[in-house]
Amino acid sequence: MDMQDSRGVQLPRRRFVQGLALGGVAAGLGLWRGSALAQAGVQRSELRGNHFELEIAELPVNFTGHRRVATAVNGQLPAPLLRWRQGETVTIRVRNRLAVTSAIHWHGIVLPADMDGVPGLSFGGIPPGGEYVYRFTVNQSGTYWYHSHAGFQEQTGLYGPIVIEPRDGERHAVQRDYTILLSDWTDTGPETIYANLRRQSGYYNHGKPTVGDFLHDVGRNGMSQALAQRQMWNRMRMDPTDLADVSAATYTYLLNGQTPAGNWTGLFDAGDKVRLRFINGASMTFFDVRIPGLKMTVVAADGQAIEPVSVDEFRIGNGETYDVIVEPAADRAWTIFAQSMDRSGFARATLAPRDGMTAAVPPLDPRPLLSMADMMGAMNNGDMGHGMSHDMTGMTMDMPGMPPMSMAQESHAPALKTGPEVDMRVATPRSNLNDPGVGLRDSGRRVLTYADLHAVDTPISPRVDREITLRLTGNMERYRWSFDGTLASEAGPLRLRYGEQVRIVLVNDTMMAHPIHLHGMWSELESPEGEFQARKHTVVVQPAQRVSFRVSADAQGRWAFHCHLLFHMAGMFREVVVA
Amino acid sequence: MNMPDMPGMSTSAPMDPRAGHDDPHADHGTASQPVAEDTRPPNDHVPPPPPQATMHAMTPAEMTESMEMNPSPPLGMLLFDRLERSRSTNGDYATSWEAEGWWGNGIDRLWLKTEGERDSEGTQDARVDVLWSHAWTRFWDWQLGVRQDVGQGPNRQWAALGVQGLAPYWFETQATFYVGEQGRTAARFEASYDLRFTQRLILSPKLELNVYGKDDPQRGISSGLSDVEAGLRMRYEFSRKFAPYIGINWTRRFGTQDDATAASLRARETSWLAGVRIWF
Repeated sequence: MDMQDSRGVQLPRRRFVQGLALGGVAAGLGLWRGSALAQAGVQRSELRGNHFELEIAELPVNFTGHRRVATAVNGQLPAPLLRWRQGETVTIRVRNRLAVTSAIHWHGIVLPADMDGVPGLSFGGIPPGGEYVYRFTVNQSGTYWYHSHAGFQEQTGLYGPIVIEPRDGERHAVQRDYTILLSDWTDTGPETIYANLRRQSGYYNHGKPTVGDFLHDVGRNGMSQALAQRQMWNRMRMDPTDLADVSAATYTYLLNGQTPAGNWTGLFDAGDKVRLRFINGASMTFFDVRIPGLKMTVVAADGQAIEPVSVDEFRIGNGETYDVIVEPAADRAWTIFAQSMDRSGFARATLAPRDGMTAAVPPLDPRPLLSMADMMGAMNNGDMGHGMSHDMTGMTMDMPGMPPMSMAQESHAPALKTGPEVDMRVATPRSNLNDPGVGLRDSGRRVLTYADLHAVDTPISPRVDREITLRLTGNMERYRWSFDGTLASEAGPLRLRYGEQVRIVLVNDTMMAHPIHLHGMWSELESPEGEFQARKHTVVVQPAQRVSFRVSADAQGRWAFHCHLLFHMAGMFREVVVA
Repeated sequence: MNMPDMPGMSTSAPMDPRAGHDDPHADHGTASQPVAEDTRPPNDHVPPPPPQATMHAMTPAEMTESMEMNPSPPLGMLLFDRLERSRSTNGDYATSWEAEGWWGNGIDRLWLKTEGERDSEGTQDARVDVLWSHAWTRFWDWQLGVRQDVGQGPNRQWAALGVQGLAPYWFETQATFYVGEQGRTAARFEASYDLRFTQRLILSPKLELNVYGKDDPQRGISSGLSDVEAGLRMRYEFSRKFAPYIGINWTRRFGTQDDATAASLRARETSWLAGVRIWF
């Protein structure tokens, strides 16, 4: 099905991807209200102060024409925006009205371990009908978010934004300030999606290679090249179209809880500077975000101020946040376009000087293919591939057991064996932080990369007392995910001595990008040379890439460390003990 | 929250006039002093206080349970790969099936495989394998179990040992070796491939070989390569779980059969077929 031409899409399918214009909570409640919830200065429900009352309960919703039950906070999806002030102590009473245990995790917030909201590590969870009072002092500022850390509740709607006002006021003065929470909604139960993936890992991949693709390549490059560029993938039983485990085949992408047809709108006046606080609250979706025609100045990543950098587009992984400032001209409306990394669908919103104005929605980009760089890392002779894999003529290398090339940043971790839990290894991972990633490498747009992130302040972890390497491993065919080929239950906790500062090196032995989130402590991203770049709570590691960050083990207790792709998390998980 | 120095710690420590006395400088959270401003690091980072309440010790299993995060809870699948009606070029109609089901955690699974054909005479040739399957390498499982043959002639029982998995170039492959009663041996090989014309229209060639160590004339089996079956099925996936198909199947049987079965078992047979592939 050609998703790039909506005229060719049958109506039910289009309604499914675009969603209902008046969908979501309103339709679920049988209410009708205007699609633009944004009025001057007020987007939607937000709570501020020091004391918060949150109630988790089921909520009827309708995003696609089918009524479903979501998990919501205070009857809202997304959950209410919480506004805190740096330096203040907040008390949050969370009541659970569900029939199952629930838990709220404050993503990226530094707090005592018993306030972190991870059942089994921080506390026992909030039982049905029970409550838990979270109380902690907020010593940071910026854009964060909160979500359920129990089962698959995050997929069913339990996520919301957090904005913490800096003690000394915002670094960048703006006239408008909006949180933009991206998420993926499905009418299918998350347990069913997980079971489908385990039965057939490509269940939601509707972009697999076809005979037509092959003939197209033969026509363009000749038979021998077309065969050569497929040979390795096919021998390795790796799929270059495997960009996302779950796609718009089941997802409708939401922006602030609104479908693309619902078109969330943020208003601005002539001359306004607008801060957009992007949060990826999706369960399984990387988004590529741009505002066609408008430059975005990125001023913060994961809540932490960075040296401003001007870009056309950025990729945001699950759990990450980016603050951007835009100065739109007031003679027209502007589309905020967030396409999924696999180009199967998009979330969309509008910035407009008046309610009801819209701008053109760009077509989805062509679906990219993983390149040799995504499989081989640095073996690609420095050629970082072009999203399309026609640059890999005659690559006939064997991957297992290849001698690693001598590289300045080569990690000498013991080579992992392959097996049921590990379907590939990368002998020579690449450490190029300036790679925007698959599908963005030759878009012709200026795309943000990790190499662009430079903190405005000093690192928390200036030393490196110890280096710990973890490899991100998986077996796509069996749909199993792990660190170092072992599950948390077998590996036991990763122990850090209280006060030590460690370098954590992540090497991605899979062909998917993984957003890795460490609870309780900052992950201070390093350049390939080991220089401090920026402070993050969620670090995306691209396929065949090596990324390192420093951690100051200054938070006593038991913490979660995991991939933030919801259906990878159970396997790609470690307990981290700081004592 | 800074911890006041412990009184009377090390005697070699420099004299601290405050040591051992009530601690007038202790920080009781009075943030009114401008000094507090200076102690904030430039990166605004304040380590968190230790937890007040700590979780009781849990086994990994309890923790997984508490988090509702079991990476591989038991799961099952039932696939009817072939449910079809065929008409041979000689005008014979038949109904045949091939199904496999499994239940387990992804590493260890109980498998059930069955395949057979019914025509106007009743069930011609059918088998059921019950196997324990264990993930062995990246793409291969080994399987151990039993097989029962029913249909024409006497029933046969076998012990089964085989591998199943994904061969290079995406061939779904099964190879199983069997040992039966009276010194019988057999081997079965099956491979199939999915060739996508579109995301929904898929041509699937399939090859099946059966080799036997001994003649079994009552079941129309000759030693050596006993039969070869090659099929081409074009299916349309309305959904992943529901795909009707049409196709053609060639069967070649080798060796001699006794007269009782010769009539119903042709050495060469070509059939057109239509059916449905469904799974749960």
